[in-house]
Parts: sequence; structure tokens; C-alpha cells
Amino acid sequence: MRKASRGLTAVASAVLLLGVAACGTDSGSDGKSSGAPGGQGFTPPDIPMQKSIGPMEGQVNILAWPGYAEDGSNDATVDWVTPFETATGCQANVKYFATSDEAVQLMKSGEYDVVSASGDATLRLIAGGDVAPVNTDLLKNYGGIESFLKNQPFNSVDGQMYGVPHGWGANLLMYNTEKVNPAPTSWAAVFDDASQYAGKVTAYDSPIYIADAALYLMNTQPDLGIKDPYALDKDQLAAAVDLLKKQKDNISEYWSDYLKEVQAFENGDSLVGTTWQVIASLAESDGAPVKAFLPSEGSTGWSDTWMISSKAKNPNCGYAWMDYITSPQAQAAVAEYFGEAPANTGACELTTDPTFCDTYHAKDAAFAKQIHYWTTPIEQCLDGRTDVKCTDYGDWTTAWTEIKG
Amino acid sequence: MLWLGVAYLGALAALLVTSLWTQNDFTGNIERSWNLDNFRDLFTIGVYRTITLRTIGIAALVTVVDAVLAFPIALFMAKVASPRWQRLLVIAVLMPLWASYLVKAYAWRGMLSSDGLLQSVLSPFGLGTPGYGLPATTMTLAYLWLPYMILPIYAGLERLPDSLFEASADLGAGSWTTLRRVVLPMVFPAFVAGSIFTFSLTMGDYIAVKIVGGTSQLLGNVVYDNQGAANNLPFAAAVATVPIVVMLAYLAAVRRTGALEQL
Repeated sequence: MRKASRGLTAVASAVLLLGVAACGTDSGSDGKSSGAPGGQGFTPPDIPMQKSIGPMEGQVNILAWPGYAEDGSNDATVDWVTPFETATGCQANVKYFATSDEAVQLMKSGEYDVVSASGDATLRLIAGGDVAPVNTDLLKNYGGIESFLKNQPFNSVDGQMYGVPHGWGANLLMYNTEKVNPAPTSWAAVFDDASQYAGKVTAYDSPIYIADAALYLMNTQPDLGIKDPYALDKDQLAAAVDLLKKQKDNISEYWSDYLKEVQAFENGDSLVGTTWQVIASLAESDGAPVKAFLPSEGSTGWSDTWMISSKAKNPNCGYAWMDYITSPQAQAAVAEYFGEAPANTGACELTTDPTFCDTYHAKDAAFAKQIHYWTTPIEQCLDGRTDVKCTDYGDWTTAWTEIKG
Repeated sequence: MLWLGVAYLGALAALLVTSLWTQNDFTGNIERSWNLDNFRDLFTIGVYRTITLRTIGIAALVTVVDAVLAFPIALFMAKVASPRWQRLLVIAVLMPLWASYLVKAYAWRGMLSSDGLLQSVLSPFGLGTPGYGLPATTMTLAYLWLPYMILPIYAGLERLPDSLFEASADLGAGSWTTLRRVVLPMVFPAFVAGSIFTFSLTMGDYIAVKIVGGTSQLLGNVVYDNQGAANNLPFAAAVATVPIVVMLAYLAAVRRTGALEQL
């Protein structure tokens, strides 16, 4: 489980310098190397970018977050995959994944052409050489995407986009409206006050959930000096781990399979816990008395990017999918179903709820800044501290195993 | 035989080799430098010891529960039931094996849920469902592996000549004494054979724990989380050697009892 620290350090410092290093990078000739020596900048493996769109291959293998590629099998009225298949002749084979780690793992298999990656997966995929740069000129709908989502540290390297922004949103707190009184307003409901609902609390089963605890500590224990929930030094991580260990006594189960959480809320095994809007919508549509909201402390969240595999067998259908899924029509459908802000705000005209984009602050760059997007914790503190070493994702994975015990 | 050697032992060897590599935490790529770091972490980080002991404990408990449940059923099938019933009972015991593992595990998830069957049946007695956790895991696994215990014991009892029962009775032993002094020692190898199945299947299980285990994790989950989620194949391989070692130790102990010769 120990890192190969030299390589990691190089990558990590490189990532940190990402914003400033605009030139002077040599192209990594070694396909496996993930860090540039000398820390001139973050140098991903040299992977060619597609120049033009060729004939469609007839199918595309899509790896997506649950709810991002609905073909009507979950809900007959929710279907934006079939129109894509009809228009392009590409049969869409969709696989949903439960955590970013799983997405990274599956992308390494080379079986998938495109993936909807969150910020805690994107850089790992780029650095690992698993995804190719994206030629945005080949995408008709790229122009409609909000500019504050383009050329971000988590989806581009040196001004080269490695994907198309899909949408963004916050992790929410969901509770059972019949059994949880009074209605919670803060994440305290799953941390300090969790014992009220002992054995009925649920939490997301991934090391990245440690950031949720860190965010809570950032608000309740300012002495710890947490500035960024993804930049935790050893002591701060220990505090977050303590909080999560206390929380564990009250947890009924951790969820990563979204359908398992829907079911747990429907039959009352879980009463309160972190969730995504799509889970709340599914539970509600099944008649469960649940409500999901953004607690007062703010929240962690995600900003997702469609990326194309460096080993894509169906790159043309892959580009067709990336273009289609970021079109205003598809974006309106996905965003409303999943409950997130669409990246292409052309979608705002097409949503069934005319105020949808206002509710999700889709055009509000300032609001978007307040969400702590999932990102990969690395040794160099993301909050700019240079006097301490921060804990990296490997440390978080070990900590998560320890928390679960 | 060669094929078995290559396909089976080769895979095991590859697993062991992988466990000596290391992984880049950031990109998740495997780096092929030889070291024992994975095993050092496995032994020095306390949580893995806890999980190993918990897994062995659950495996032993499931085995005992299955042995206790299986013996009366097998005895009835082999010695009491008429031949016609015998056939029907064997089919009945085998029947659950026709259904998917997942269906059965999710059925237990439904039964154990707080508005499930167990709750409504037990609540009049002031009891409730144990909820999701280790007791639920033990129950589910014991249910899943029960046929693997019944069948060897049934086969062992079948081979026991009826004349032994008569001889024991003629010599003045009650049925309890016969059971204890004659039947149990003779079918002991069958128990051991069954226990190999229940013990090893439990050692490697991770799905039932994920479905009904609540917050608890077993060795299988650590392997799964490291392989499927954290993407750390070398460490997962290191963890996977633990059940292999435990099973080898178990088989060596079993061999000393001589049970393997009677299989």
C-alpha cells in the first residue's frame, strides 16, 4: 500500500504547478511514466489526439455514474440513450459504476470508450495514460458549455482539454420526513447528533467521504485549521478519522450501490445520511417519505467530465456520444433527472421546470466555487500550505479501512 | 494434470508475485519493483489482524452452526426416511443450490430489514430483527452453505451399516449413547469434509457481508475494496494470501485426523 514516493512526489508537485507551468514540458516518451522529472509541469503520457471523425463503429461502451445514461429501463419516461442510438447508429452499452475508484479501475481495463469522471478520478486517469486529450473542435456543442468549467485544473493540462464538462452539483443530506424530527439543517445530523438515530444513519462507502467529515470539522472546530477538506495534514486526518469512527457506531450500513441506498430508505433501515439528488428522486418516486437538501455548512460535490479512453475501440462513436450528451436537449434531460447543474446552459431553455437552472445555480460561477469538488488528495497540500506534508489518497484509503474496522 | 497445474497453480503463483509489487497511489498503475511492503503493512496495521481474526471466527461459527443444523437432517434422511422420501429430501436439500446466490442473499436482506419478516414474526415475543451486521452475516452464510454440510454427512451416514445400530442396542446402549459412542465417531470424517466447504467458502465470501453485513467487513471485502475500488492489486494479492495460508493450515490439521482419506 506504500506509494512509490518518488514518482508520486514528482506528479504531485507537478499537479500543484499546473496553473503556472504553461511551457517547457517535454512530452513523456515513456508510456508508463506518470511524472515529469524536474517538476516543470504535469506531463501526462504522450497520447495522440483524434484529428477527425471517421465512420461510426456501430457501438460505444459507456462507463457512467448512475443516472447519466438512462435508456428507459429504470423509468420508461426517462430515456435519452435511444434517441442517440437512432441518430448515430451507435449501439450504446452502458455500465454504471459506484465510486470514482471503481471508474479508474474499470478504465484501466481498456474495455470502455468513454467515461463520466469526477474530479477525484480525472487527474489519475490523465496521469495514468488511460484517457486521451479531447479535440474540442470536433464537438459541435462545446461552445455552449459554461466557460467557468473549461480549462480547469481537474479537466485539462497546459490548456489542453482532456474531456468535456458534463455537469456539477453538491452531495446532499437526505432524511426520512416521518421519523426524523425536528428536520435537520446541518451535517451535525450525521456526526455529532447521529446518536439520536443510532443504527439508522448511512454514509458513502469510499475514502473520499473523509472529506465530508473534514468539511464538518472545518466549520465546527476551527482550531484544527482545515482550509480545504482535501488538504489534510496528519493531525487533521486523524481528527476526521476520529469523527468517522464515532459516526460508525451509529451507522446501519455504508452505501456505494445507489439502489441499495434507495431500498434502505424505502424500508426504513436508513433514516438519515448523505445522498445524491438522483437517489432522493428515485426514493420519492417510489413513495418513500424522504427529503434531500444542502446543509448550512455547504457540501462536498462533484464536477464531472466526459473523457475518452486512450485505448478506445470505438472512438468515433465515443466522440458522437460526448457531443450528444453535452447537447442542450440531452443536458436538460440528464440534469433534471440526476439533479445537477448542466454544463451546457443551453439546456436551461429546455428543462420542464423553467426555474431549474436558477435552483441549481447553473450559470452562477461564484456559487460553483463554494462547493468543495471531489479531487484527489496529494502530498502537496492543495490549500497552498508548504510547511507540512498532506496525506495522499493512499493514506485516505488505509484510513477508510481502519474506520470501517 | 498439466493443464490443472498451469491454469490453477499458475494463477496462484501470479497472485503471489503480484503481492510483491507496489502501486503508484496517484495513477493507480502497478510498479514492478520487488519488496515486502504489502506484507509489512498487512502485519503491522492492526485493523488487518482484527479483520483476519473476525473472518476466521465467522468461518468457524458458520461451520459449527451448519454442523449442528445438518446432523439431525442428515440422520433423518439416511436412517429414518423411506427410500422414496430419501430421494425427495435429497432433491429438497439440493434445491436451494439451483437458485442464484444473490437472490438468496437479497432474500435475507429483505427478511432482516426493519420492516421485514423476522421483525414482524418476532415482535410479539418482544424480540426484533438483529439488523444488518455480523449476526445477520452468520445466519445468511450458514443458510447458503448448509447443503454443502448436509450432503457429506448424509453420505457418511448412508455408508454406516444398520447392523451397527442393532448391535449397539443389543449390547444395551440407549439411542443417545449409540449416537454419541458409535455414530458420531464414525461420521466424524464426513463432518470434517463438510467443514472444509463451509469454512473455505466463508473465508472467501464478501458478497453476503456487503448485502447484510451492515458496516462490518471481512477479508474478502478488503480484497474487493483494494482490487475493485482502491485499485491496489498488489495489496489485494497480499491480503488474498491470508485465506490461502489459513486454509492450508486447516487442511494440514484435517489431514492429521485422517479424514481426507475417507472422502
